[in-house]
Amino acid sequence: MLSFSKRSLLASLATLPAAALLRPTAARADIEVNVNRGDVQPLPIALPAFGGGQVGADIAGVISANLQRSGLFRPLDPASFVERDLNAAVQPRFPAWQQINAQALVNGQVTVAGAQLQVAFRLWDVFAEKQLLGLQFMSSPENWRRVAHKISDSVYERLTGEKGYFDTRVVFVAETGGRGSKTKTLAIMDQDGANPSYLTDGKAIVMTPRFSSTSQEITYMELRPEGSRIYLLNLESGRRESLGDFKGMVFAPRFSPDGGKVAFSVERAGNSDVFVMDLKNRTTARLTVDPSIDTSPSFSPDGSRIVFNSDRSGSPQLYIMGADGSNPRRITFASGRYTTPVWSPTGEFIAFTKQVGAEFHIGVMKPDGTDERILTSSYLDEGPAWAPNGRVLLFSRETSGGASRLWSVDVTGRILQPMPYPGAASDPAWSPLLN
Amino acid sequence: MVTIRNAGSALRLTFIAGAALSLSACAHHPKPTYPTAAPPPAARPAPPPAATPSRPEPVTQNALPGSERDFVINVGDRVYFDFDRYDVRSDAAPLLDAQSGWLKRYPAVQVRIEGNCDERGTREYNLALGARRANAVREYLVSHGVEAGRITTVSYGKEKPIDNGSGDVADQHNRNAHTAIVSGARMQ
Repeated sequence: MLSFSKRSLLASLATLPAAALLRPTAARADIEVNVNRGDVQPLPIALPAFGGGQVGADIAGVISANLQRSGLFRPLDPASFVERDLNAAVQPRFPAWQQINAQALVNGQVTVAGAQLQVAFRLWDVFAEKQLLGLQFMSSPENWRRVAHKISDSVYERLTGEKGYFDTRVVFVAETGGRGSKTKTLAIMDQDGANPSYLTDGKAIVMTPRFSSTSQEITYMELRPEGSRIYLLNLESGRRESLGDFKGMVFAPRFSPDGGKVAFSVERAGNSDVFVMDLKNRTTARLTVDPSIDTSPSFSPDGSRIVFNSDRSGSPQLYIMGADGSNPRRITFASGRYTTPVWSPTGEFIAFTKQVGAEFHIGVMKPDGTDERILTSSYLDEGPAWAPNGRVLLFSRETSGGASRLWSVDVTGRILQPMPYPGAASDPAWSPLLN
Repeated sequence: MVTIRNAGSALRLTFIAGAALSLSACAHHPKPTYPTAAPPPAARPAPPPAATPSRPEPVTQNALPGSERDFVINVGDRVYFDFDRYDVRSDAAPLLDAQSGWLKRYPAVQVRIEGNCDERGTREYNLALGARRANAVREYLVSHGVEAGRITTVSYGKEKPIDNGSGDVADQHNRNAHTAIVSGARMQ
């Protein structure tokens, strides 16, 4: 399924910290996990229950599940642990962990003092016999899951050299009811499926929620028989406002990287074009003037360009233009129908949906259209959404005649799995890292 | 339907008898229903005279002219499209001709053309494609003499399939433009 060209692999490696590239190949060097390779063995890691009672065990459990789902780590079975009386204040007995071939060990201690939860942890390189990280987090006791996510991010970042994505949320559309009479409700949950809650009442069809990359704000589209509207919803204040009334349909909203603009499609007399609104002064500019379908705009991370979907060639393909609409240029030429382009937060890739015959795929390519990698294949996969570190994609998968579900895949295509959300759902979008 | 509460008992019965028929009128988006239930009360055949053993005269039933049922059953409220196309097919033209004729006959009627797509496309592209289909039907009706101000359009993309199956047959059903009566039709 994967096709790596040598060139793409080298280009990807270049994004790792220089220290990692220069790392000597001798044994006993620091352990390191390479997120770019599709053929890596997950790193065996030991995550014994943190000291401090049930909450200590729960925190270790959440970290373990996070790292496991990333596909880059293989948490070891606690039943195999030899050293049982770990004390977070002293160095572990390394031979006991080497014996079960744990490459890394995370141990920690939870202290609850009044209204404060204090969690100290250390990350150890078992074979180099040294500490890689030692940190302490403080929060309220109810917030223990977020502490576990922050520790997960710290461990992931220390061992991969990339930012983590565990202390994040996912906004999506929860679906209930039969196909012809679906109720679609805007919903949000932690990235591991915990704490799901609803944001709308389900009376109107909602779709395509997208996070701002700078704030806890989303934009989404609501569809009623009278027409459609694009809304901004602040998740902290609950304040919701419309982008305004337009003649014709409005759809496909997406924030600019600085959160100051929303690009979207406006339809007039059957023809859809890409527009952009400056949220400060509410002025709208038209970016495409073409009798074809122009939709699904997505900004480059520096805000200078927009990738979008157009059928101006006769079939849906991907195009890049300046953020002012200048110089539209087609980037996809292979056979197949390309839609839903999304620029990765790192700028490295553009993710897309590709339809070839009866199959739908999620794929990534370089922004110039080269080095296409098809990551998934099914009856209906659509709508990729990037994790804030640009390493994992969420998308909707629907089987023939079945319900839509949320799935994730990493950029190598190796780690493909359903999201831990039990219900029917579509249109996932990832938040930036929480503060 | 809330008017039932204020209606007399005879009228209440009428409403209840008609309820099965007018389900589609209660929903926002009437679907083409093919009612097999009781005819409207007005058309209910009278019992044959007891004394004369003869065959009763046949009585045909029909929707009230100018009603939404009349439009749905006798004209047709939906035309179909080819994959990723929005041009009005030749087999759809007679139905749209009949729609424009009916709409010109009942000038108080306002309609909304709802463009629909099959599931073999992504959500946003399908919203755009559905808008094209709705607009193609609107333009056809306008070019055949229906006043443009009487017709609005909306695209439901792939959000409102009329056929819940998957496969070629369901996909064909779901690629359509539905002409929904918004107001001005005769009460049924």
